[in-house]
Amino acid sequence: MTATANAAALALGDDALVLSHRLGEWAGHAPVLEEDVALANIALDLLGQARVLLSLVGDEDELAYLREERAFRNLQLVEQPNGDFAHTIARQLYFSLYQRLLYAQLAVTDGEFAGLAAKAVKEVAYHQDHAEHWTERLGDGTAESHERMQRACDALWRFTGEMFQPIEGLDIDWQALEASWMEAVTAVLERATLTMPAGPRAGGWAAGAGRQGLHTESFGRMLAEMQHLHRSHPGASW
Amino acid sequence: MVTHMTDVTDMPDVNGVTETTACGTPVATGESATVGETRLEAELRRLAGSVPDPELPVLTLEELGVLRGVQILAPGTVEVKLTPTYTGCPAIEAMTSDIERVLHDHGIPEVSVVKVLSPAWSTDDISAEGRRKLAEFGIAPPRAHAAEGPVPLTLSVRCPNCGSTDTELLSRFSSTACKALRRCVSCREPFDHFKEL
Repeated sequence: MTATANAAALALGDDALVLSHRLGEWAGHAPVLEEDVALANIALDLLGQARVLLSLVGDEDELAYLREERAFRNLQLVEQPNGDFAHTIARQLYFSLYQRLLYAQLAVTDGEFAGLAAKAVKEVAYHQDHAEHWTERLGDGTAESHERMQRACDALWRFTGEMFQPIEGLDIDWQALEASWMEAVTAVLERATLTMPAGPRAGGWAAGAGRQGLHTESFGRMLAEMQHLHRSHPGASW
Repeated sequence: MVTHMTDVTDMPDVNGVTETTACGTPVATGESATVGETRLEAELRRLAGSVPDPELPVLTLEELGVLRGVQILAPGTVEVKLTPTYTGCPAIEAMTSDIERVLHDHGIPEVSVVKVLSPAWSTDDISAEGRRKLAEFGIAPPRAHAAEGPVPLTLSVRCPNCGSTDTELLSRFSSTACKALRRCVSCREPFDHFKEL
């Protein structure tokens, strides 16, 4: 692959890897058993996608476990801590809608990622379905769940502009992608009786330099935990 | 059953890829599949396809529709193309070693199992016999679907225990990535549903 294609594979692969790890942190802690299972299954799908993408670039284990924080190219959105369940669902909603729209377009191009995208987009459809149902249940639930779901959607809003920074090498109409995403989010939040967040998504007060290797404070701690075993016992296997 | 395949170099067509199979079974569709399959390749594909799915042992890999082709690259060297159900399905590693073992046992010293993603596997690739076995095993088989994405909930899923169509979704994700958890309103039994992909 070309250097540009490698960089694109890292961006997509790191998104999937990092979100997979975050979702895996819910194992044993989710509010109900079914959600423990659901979040772990979504994490597994993402991990599978990450493995394919990172393997296009090099050794998947080296890339996952031996890179420093600034070498990761994931969005800052996916590295955000799980927060309460509503924060995890808001992160899932924003990211799964983005990933589904993006992969649906990649699937019909003839680039390096078409095969994976065509397969992954079907899995992501279930992630989106899961996130949408929970957004509606929590938003249109009790006063407490409504308030917490709204707070989560608002808190993560400033991370959503970064998703539409063009990734070099991908033949995507990013403006159209953003418009479709905005339309989809608006529809879900409306059904969930939630208010569209109003804060900035770009500029000085917004987040977003993950694609350039700049990450938020919690990401370093997440990596330390994720990489600890491999770094402590190089070459170990089950 | 093939029990005599210990010396593949005796076969006249081990290097050939032009002879079309006389065995009737069509080669799996898809751009990665071999168009003309030799008789030995067809036999080996049947063997590889007879391996049970490690997570759903009532199904064979052939019935699950994940086997994409078997090709003899050189005498004693065989490449098997396998596609995962889900991209992250951990069963693919067990499937790979099971296929290698079966083909080793039948006299193929060099077996490589290659993972192919395209064209993407779909639950429509599960054979009719596979669907029947799933239901018999207590797992509601996937419904046929044309479009990608979740099937509308208006299409009912039949309870594999009592046959009622009055069933409800408990969770879109269940014991493995490929299943959803449902409950029968009539007999109250929870059951797995092989969800459409």
